[in-house]
Amino acid sequence: MTTWIILGGTSTIARVFARSAAERGEGVILAGRDLDDLNASAADCAARGAPVAEAVAFDARDRKSILGIVERARTLDAFSVAVFVGSMPPQDQIDAEPALIEGTVTDSFTGPAECLTRLAPLMEAHGKGTVVGVGSVAGDRGRVGNYVYGAAKAGFHAYLSGLRNRLGRKGVHVVTVKPGTVDTAMTWGLDKLPFLAQPDKIVSDIFRAVDRKRDVIYTPIIWWPVMTVIRAIPERIFKKMSI
Amino acid sequence: MRWKTVEYSGWGRVESATGEIARPERASTLAALASERPAPAIGQRRSYGDACLNDGGAAVDMTRLDRVLDFDAESGLLTVEAGATLGDLARIFAPKGWLPPVMPGTGFATVGGAIAMDVHGKNHHGAGSFGQHVTSLVLMTREGPKTVKPGSALFKATVGGLGQTGPVLSATIQMLKAKGDVMIVTEHRIRNWDHFLDRFARTDTTYSVGWIDATARGAALGRGILEEAETGGGLVKPAKRGKRVPFNAPAFTLSPPVVRAFNAAYWRRVPDSGRTVVKPIDDFFFPLDKILDWNKLYGKQGFHQFQCVVPLDQAPALKAMLDQIAASGLASPLAVLKRMGPGRAGYMSFPMEGYTLAVDFPNVAAAERLIRALEGDTVAAGGRIYLAKDALASGDAVRAMYPEHGKWLKEVTKADSDGAYQTSLVRRLKLRSAP
Repeated sequence: MTTWIILGGTSTIARVFARSAAERGEGVILAGRDLDDLNASAADCAARGAPVAEAVAFDARDRKSILGIVERARTLDAFSVAVFVGSMPPQDQIDAEPALIEGTVTDSFTGPAECLTRLAPLMEAHGKGTVVGVGSVAGDRGRVGNYVYGAAKAGFHAYLSGLRNRLGRKGVHVVTVKPGTVDTAMTWGLDKLPFLAQPDKIVSDIFRAVDRKRDVIYTPIIWWPVMTVIRAIPERIFKKMSI
Repeated sequence: MRWKTVEYSGWGRVESATGEIARPERASTLAALASERPAPAIGQRRSYGDACLNDGGAAVDMTRLDRVLDFDAESGLLTVEAGATLGDLARIFAPKGWLPPVMPGTGFATVGGAIAMDVHGKNHHGAGSFGQHVTSLVLMTREGPKTVKPGSALFKATVGGLGQTGPVLSATIQMLKAKGDVMIVTEHRIRNWDHFLDRFARTDTTYSVGWIDATARGAALGRGILEEAETGGGLVKPAKRGKRVPFNAPAFTLSPPVVRAFNAAYWRRVPDSGRTVVKPIDDFFFPLDKILDWNKLYGKQGFHQFQCVVPLDQAPALKAMLDQIAASGLASPLAVLKRMGPGRAGYMSFPMEGYTLAVDFPNVAAAERLIRALEGDTVAAGGRIYLAKDALASGDAVRAMYPEHGKWLKEVTKADSDGAYQTSLVRRLKLRSAP
């Protein structure tokens, strides 16, 4: 039995993840900006069997809130962390207002990375627990339609790889999750969504990866061959493609 | 909030709609939608006809607002968002000794849908309709959330009100104490119509429902199986994953000879002396949910369900209707007879004390003609048809069946003066205009 600190708890996938954790009998601390919504999700998790279910304020762009999470974590016997934070402004908005890059990178990479780095010593001391970091297939290769978000997620993937290297020595497992397109509030109404997956499917894949101590997963699995091919395309050709 | 243009259909797949749909995940998003662009709420779209459609207009998909907000394990009072399904609630709370007070034939129905249709279940004769167990609900009006309590006219216009007072955000429901999470079911073989009525008059179990062989004629007219059940404790059988129908079935699947043979075998399955079996809760309440998209069994042209209720003393009229159905040879194996109590909670609620008959028909011209004839017979018998199932009725007939339509219309007009919550069904039946 563990308690999950869930960063970005209002996201569609995080909500389903928290619910599944609750049904497994695990605790959930839902961290995010919309406390009204997080309180509703916490009540839902409590009804579904979570021994700990609470909401705490967290904003990836606010260091004080990151320190608040660390303080809360200090009072726990042992814990795991799942990161669902991220923001994806349309690339054309970013092109028109490049200042948006900073927020995108903070939400999707540096904010959660700072939080994880501050939590890492506690986890090392416990010598157990899991970190689930949700990245994206968009981080595997920079594409014309989405490359700032992709760059932030690529940074997060590299960070998670290093964190796994560090924490693995102390008995803490790190799973990198690379979902494809998922049917969430973020993608509702967007065109051209290949292999669109339901959040339940992503979450069941995540828990299987947690239980089997997998390092990096693509979910649904179809994205593994797809991204293997996309990564293999020589840059000379890729630069002319729009996929 | 982004909108997405979608083509979608009711469960019977005869009626479809094209329109923009928003799918809020937070109460605050729904509040913004309700003030900026009010539109009818839809759930899992388990209504058979066009009650869950808004062709050419917008709709709000409530299925992602599905959280349990509060539960008091002492009193059994549950507050839940409207998009939660009754099957999900049964799964969560049955192990704790509580069940949704009323469960319709599918666990995929949402709380919001159960309110908008004031649904009934196999315990209607004792427990009444779903709306009678709602102790409070929150409507998302254009000005924000508004709590509505039983006894008010707005409550009576909302329960069974086809969504015309606006989206329900959440509801507080008095759950029902259950002995455990299995059902103890006694099945009786029923020889004919009179035998059925006699058994229904004598049954005293909490749950009862009749499967009827709507293809049997002559002396066997009205034969079937009566199921009487109570909740019970015992070993929990693990839930099996739902199976899918891989493709639209070919036309012969539910052709008359196949249905007749199936029904005869299904009837003989239960020994003449009856038998008692223990079933998981889902198997008793939602027998068809295990096949996730069984509506594809009717092929791509879809199907209709006819469901009416007639007063107790009009049983002979209902028998004559069943005779017409049997003579047509059009019925599918899915036919249900149940004795209902008087319980209903809204102006436009379906239930009345009497007998309700529900029969599925493939979507063919002859079935359409038959259903229209049966609708006339229902009016003549002083009964009603169930709008959750309907795709064919006329507005005049429906107004004749629902005498409190005027009271409903008055409240609905107050809540939604510009008709933003109209659905395809409401427009087809012209329910939002005075006769």
